Amino acid sequence: MRWIWFDRFEEFVPGERAVAVKNVTLAEDHLHDYFPAFPVMPASLMIEGMAQTAGILVGHARNFAEKVILAKIKQAVFHELVRPGDQVRYDARIEHLTNAAATTHGEIRCDGRLVGEVDLVFSHIDQNISGLEFPAENFVFTEEFMALLKTYTQRDTERITL
Amino acid sequence: MATPSRPEIFKKVQQALVDALSVEEDEVREDATLTGDLQAESIDILDIVFRLEKVFNIKISQEELTPRDILSNPDYVSNRKLNPAGLAALKERVKHADFTKFAQDPDIDKILDVFTVGTIVNFVEAKLAAAK
Repeated sequence: MRWIWFDRFEEFVPGERAVAVKNVTLAEDHLHDYFPAFPVMPASLMIEGMAQTAGILVGHARNFAEKVILAKIKQAVFHELVRPGDQVRYDARIEHLTNAAATTHGEIRCDGRLVGEVDLVFSHIDQNISGLEFPAENFVFTEEFMALLKTYTQRDTERITL
Repeated sequence: MATPSRPEIFKKVQQALVDALSVEEDEVREDATLTGDLQAESIDILDIVFRLEKVFNIKISQEELTPRDILSNPDYVSNRKLNPAGLAALKERVKHADFTKFAQDPDIDKILDVFTVGTIVNFVEAKLAAAK
């Protein structure tokens, strides 16, 4: 299993906003394991989906040169359950972006209904105010990640016909 | 717009700290230290700064926030204690804190105790006055 909690970007305005979608399917084990016989998408994984959407937006704003780490969940509120067959939209906006950190506001929707709100703080960990040092290699935005990102960004322009 | 009074500033700072640190309102007293009493971590400090920028419509720079360059300057520090020149530089940088207690034992590992809720209120008050 890969730890990628959205399927594609629908909108991407660099430095401002990203919208990603996730199709929730019964093929995913977590739906069966969370509440057996009552498959719902765990809120924690929707926080992760928002963190990935917003984290890539924040990373892109500095050309993926920074190691962007989810540092704090400012707020996570959920209003209704997400079920198999639903398509979740993660709508993330950058509120603040500095050399050291970023904050984002996120809304999660299904069929236009607001199902959750997730506000996050990301750290550019090499710029941390405690002065801690980390390995030089970017272990957040890895080569594998950048290759995957390429497939996301080419998706609409290069349809593959058979 | 009129500059808010100190109690008004305190009220907004208090709300920002309650939201950022999940603490109770009555814990956020003027003399409460951020990292000690309110258990703020470094990322919380950034969160608080962003909240204050938004609430008061001000800009707070990294230099105003952390005197790290002073604390790591060998001209100012020996055996993890600030010398008088270092203390002077620190007071010049962090104008709104009370260094009376810290000056008695200027151990750089205790520097965060200087940052209280009152320090933030002083800082915001001066910032708003300067912006007028």
